[in-house]
Amino acid sequence: MSDLAARPADPVVGTPMRHESAALHVTGAAAYTDDLAARRRDVLTAWPVQSEHAHARFALDVAGALGIPGVVRVLTADDVPGRNDAGVKDDEPLFPSEAMFHGHALAWVLGETAEAARLGAAAVAVEYEPLPSIITVPEAIEAGAFQGIPRTIRRGDPDGALASAPHVFEGVSEVGGQEHFSLETHASLAHVDSEGQVFVDCSTQHPSETQEIVAHVLGLPSNRVTVQCLRMGGGFGGKEMQPHGFAAIAALGAVLTGRPVRLRLNRTQDLTMTGKRHPFHLEWKAGFDDDGRILALATTLTSDGGWCLDLSEPVMGRALCHVDNAYWIPNFVAHGRVAKTNKTSQTAFRGFGGPQGMFVIEDILGRVAPVLGIDAATLRRRNFYEPGQTTPYGQVVRHAERLQDIWRRVIEESDFDARRITIAEFNRTHPDTKRALAITPVKFGISFTLTAYNQAGALVHVYKDGSVLINHGGTEMGQGLHTKMLQVAATSLGVDPTSVRLAPTRTDKVPNTSATAASSSTDLNGGAVKHACEQIRAHLATVAGRLLGIDGRDVRFARGRVTGLGPSVPSLAFAEVVTAAYEARVPLWAAGFYRTDGLHWDTEAMQGSPFKYFSYGAAATEVEVDGFTGATRTLRVDIVHDVGDSLSPLIDVGQIEGGYVQGAGWLTLEELRWDTGDGPGRGRLLTQSASTYKLPSFSEMPETFNVGLFERATEDGVVYGSKAVGEPPLMLAFSAREAIREAVAAFGPHGHSVGLASPATPEAVFRAIRDAQRAAEAIDADALALADAELVPAER
Amino acid sequence: MERIDVTVNGAPRPLYGVSAHTTALDWLRDTGLTGGKEGCAEGECGACAMLLATSDGEGGTTWTAVNACLVPAAALDGQEVVTAEGLGSPGAMHPVQAGLAEAGGSQCGYCTPGFACSMAAEFYRADRVRDDAVPEGSSDGAGDPDASPADHGPNGFHLHALSGNLCRCTGYRPIRDAAYALGHPDQGDPLAERRSRPAPEPRSTRLEVDGHRFLRPSSLDDALRLLREEPDAAVVAGSTDWGVEVNLRGRRAPLTVAIEHLPELRTVAFGDDAVEIGAALPLSEVERRLDGRVPLLAALFPQFASPLIRNRATIGGNLGTASPIGDAAPALLALGASVVLVSADGEREVDLADFFTGYRQTLRRPDELVRAVRIPLPLARLAAFHKVAKRRFDDIASVAVGFALDLDADGHVASARIGLGGVAATPLRARSTEASLEGRPWSLETVREAASVLASEGTPISDHRASAEYRSLMLGTSLVKLFHGHPRTAEEVPA
Repeated sequence: MSDLAARPADPVVGTPMRHESAALHVTGAAAYTDDLAARRRDVLTAWPVQSEHAHARFALDVAGALGIPGVVRVLTADDVPGRNDAGVKDDEPLFPSEAMFHGHALAWVLGETAEAARLGAAAVAVEYEPLPSIITVPEAIEAGAFQGIPRTIRRGDPDGALASAPHVFEGVSEVGGQEHFSLETHASLAHVDSEGQVFVDCSTQHPSETQEIVAHVLGLPSNRVTVQCLRMGGGFGGKEMQPHGFAAIAALGAVLTGRPVRLRLNRTQDLTMTGKRHPFHLEWKAGFDDDGRILALATTLTSDGGWCLDLSEPVMGRALCHVDNAYWIPNFVAHGRVAKTNKTSQTAFRGFGGPQGMFVIEDILGRVAPVLGIDAATLRRRNFYEPGQTTPYGQVVRHAERLQDIWRRVIEESDFDARRITIAEFNRTHPDTKRALAITPVKFGISFTLTAYNQAGALVHVYKDGSVLINHGGTEMGQGLHTKMLQVAATSLGVDPTSVRLAPTRTDKVPNTSATAASSSTDLNGGAVKHACEQIRAHLATVAGRLLGIDGRDVRFARGRVTGLGPSVPSLAFAEVVTAAYEARVPLWAAGFYRTDGLHWDTEAMQGSPFKYFSYGAAATEVEVDGFTGATRTLRVDIVHDVGDSLSPLIDVGQIEGGYVQGAGWLTLEELRWDTGDGPGRGRLLTQSASTYKLPSFSEMPETFNVGLFERATEDGVVYGSKAVGEPPLMLAFSAREAIREAVAAFGPHGHSVGLASPATPEAVFRAIRDAQRAAEAIDADALALADAELVPAER
Repeated sequence: MERIDVTVNGAPRPLYGVSAHTTALDWLRDTGLTGGKEGCAEGECGACAMLLATSDGEGGTTWTAVNACLVPAAALDGQEVVTAEGLGSPGAMHPVQAGLAEAGGSQCGYCTPGFACSMAAEFYRADRVRDDAVPEGSSDGAGDPDASPADHGPNGFHLHALSGNLCRCTGYRPIRDAAYALGHPDQGDPLAERRSRPAPEPRSTRLEVDGHRFLRPSSLDDALRLLREEPDAAVVAGSTDWGVEVNLRGRRAPLTVAIEHLPELRTVAFGDDAVEIGAALPLSEVERRLDGRVPLLAALFPQFASPLIRNRATIGGNLGTASPIGDAAPALLALGASVVLVSADGEREVDLADFFTGYRQTLRRPDELVRAVRIPLPLARLAAFHKVAKRRFDDIASVAVGFALDLDADGHVASARIGLGGVAATPLRARSTEASLEGRPWSLETVREAASVLASEGTPISDHRASAEYRSLMLGTSLVKLFHGHPRTAEEVPA
């Protein structure tokens, strides 16, 4: 085992710990960005002037705003001293010259109060010259409106294999987007400090990039701008790219007025202005042999990128790399392209395209299983990767055997076979209510596909009293990164966890950091923290060896005590050793660095080994469907998930449960609706509030929720043998969608293939039930009728 | 200006710097109590929840969880509130806080102070031990979100107490487990002890800032006189609609008049031929005082909205705003209710079926208040409330249907009243369906025919909640579903 993966005796990692800020959270004492505004004087509030057209040229007259009492200034493009760009691709002007989507911020008003700023924004006169707009993906496809570089992953001879496959199916699916709905909306608070430094508190997953963009908008070098992220009230990817422009507006306002400026979007602004999970349009054709083995898949993925690129290209890249999910597909071609529409610019969201990619194959398997006459669970397992096989992009699927092991454990622990018999009996006796139990796997690649991002830094200080302060480049958004870093530091230094504090993330402590994203922040920052701690520990070991009269190599650090091998060696308090080290003029701080080894990726060819490893998991979900309304209810979920050797079991289970429910929300409940008509509201987001865009609540929580961690799962080459956990569990929720599909099928004839819209809202499920019931009636009339009009064997 | 202040976390605080439209949340945050958050500004997420001392009706106090984002700060004049900061501190957590922290109930922590407050209200609910049995509720169980035994903990904790709080991180399981593991308040718990003393009396309030006034008249007569003089006044009781209008739509009425304290609007009276329910009582109070005696309403309440909303929202408000998707109207239409309107000229009573005159329009004159609704007795024996929505807890209906039917000794439908919401510009009675049921045997055949009539009632539209087609289909299936829950034969019908 590598040094990085090995754990010492009595480690703090691996023990269940509550979130390091839990006591602050529950008492309301945890401070978030906008909470700081209440503690500061003379703060101005920024409010946007939002476009009322999906696409239009416009002219602004700000005189009305300046007449509103309390309005201090209106920020427009003329005020930008540096680059007028909120992103890194030069396609995202901070102040646009054309309104590119309904809700686009055209100017910002600074007011003494939020009320003054709001009234000021309403008083800015905007004259629009509407332009043609593209709202839906089919419209974009029709118009040939794409952006970025299309990509293709190819292996084998998909056309030939499809031509000769015994069973060929094809279809078109649309999968909806998802609003992040972090409970904390986007927030920034900027001021210029006594040294002329622009200091921005920002709810951002990517402080270094926020810093870069604030700097280029202001025309300043990066060393004049510091960005701090205390903690976020949720991120989920929505704060990876999208905070930058808002931070830049606040900073620009602060520079121009000399006063602190706060910018916190209200919920409607957050929904109408910021990007979401990409909706995808999916075309596919798949070939199977008589045993249900996948012979070939050809698919084209078109994502709805919105008005500018943002992260749409890497999102598509990850989608293409996850079409296979857990399945060996010998002949494969997947094309990916990004549609350009007049909507919010869609962005990272937990899974980063992986969920939409996996949707293709899970949807296919769920739809074709009844037609092939093979139970869907059997069909899935039969197609699992086996050790030694490679993905369509050429990476060996290491630990593929874990898929089988995890699958078996879920089948056993969920009592899968027995419950299916019970369910069949339930369905036989309940004509209006049906249940089903479905199981699906997850294989998810961990690492940034942008290889340069796979690095991290940390700065660790040990003070003379033995207390430890950790800075690292990752941000805390609730995922428990700081808790894990605390455990890593306490393990590595051998101190009690109570003596370690995590400092808020700041760009002047650790520079040039990567986004806290791609599930990899524990791998990366944990490696860096451990590296820093080990340097300090090595210095301390020398000092302790002298104090204990033993060789420094035999000194052991654990839980705040420093001792040697064997029972006769006395032990010292960690603080005693630290004090002695200070007096001996030994450095008590260190910078740590980590880079992920072994990655290579050819973006042009879409071939290589972009991932350090794969995370595996499987979930079995039982649902009940109401035949009168299409409403569904999740009765029980059993999950086994592979987090390597868990660094922090309470945190990891929380990520798995939360990811599952968020994924189930995406697939079954959360529905973004835009006005696609030709009226004056064209392009307007219709679901722009919490009352119209529904998140999972307690009613979507599985009534029984069993989560187990895969055991003896050491991941060699990762910090303390652990694996990433942030994103992969979201895709366990496919089991909920597949269970709904199977429950709907129970309303229909044997062998009925169910096409299910996504999200599978009650209305969508009800439509599918009606189709199933009609098919049952049709079967009565004609036993050979094929039920699902959408899913027909392709022309040969 | 008279002195106005609020007791916050045990200490009085002057209401400095508030306008007539400042919400309690914004005011609390301005004072430095930033534990409560604005997650949605419309009472959907509960991140702003706080505890309000309200009367328990028996001389003591109940700690009631409410959304601070919907309550005018001025409406707190003379009242007592407790925030997450007042429950406990990082070094001395309250039992609900310690439970949440230990269970992994917080991840990002942003929603957590609100959860702590909602949980604390349930922790202090005086009758919590007594009601952990099968819940009261819908007479047919179908479509009742309250029907699952999993919704109650062994400690009597009612999961619906948290249904108005959203968490985007945890998936809720650890929060539920923390709630179900709670004990009961210790001896000497100050908030538990506070319950034995009376809640603060309402104070008549007069606030005027920048030409905007917030007034709480001391009597009904004063209120009616004010409305006669200033018919453009915005009338608020629970302010669950006011808050949304102010926060999301920027409404700034020159005059806001608070009426929820007026005793004439807070009655629940059982007479020989009618039940009268005060228009300004919070729904949770109505639910407690009716205690299941109007089963259709008992079925309605759990589906109406979260407790955070029901603790403030009133029947008068729900009818007065005349929303076509308000849940109270379909139920009350099925009950044959009438509306009692009062003005300086006196009272008048109108049939609820005539009350709604158009989209968000009613017969109420600007100088009138809805004082009460009257439900005629006896009640129909077969009653149900079906709400179809995307989400089981706390959602706005795509369609809502209230049923009130009586069968005669032969198993025929003696009378049928059906109220509909979500299928027209106003709530309405399904008169054609009622006619197609009455006098016919309560059989699947009758129901199927009537269901097709019901599916053609109203003029539903397609919007972001549902398509017109789905709405119509749901009307039809609701009647079939009702029948499946009540396939009664004549022998089972009490004489």
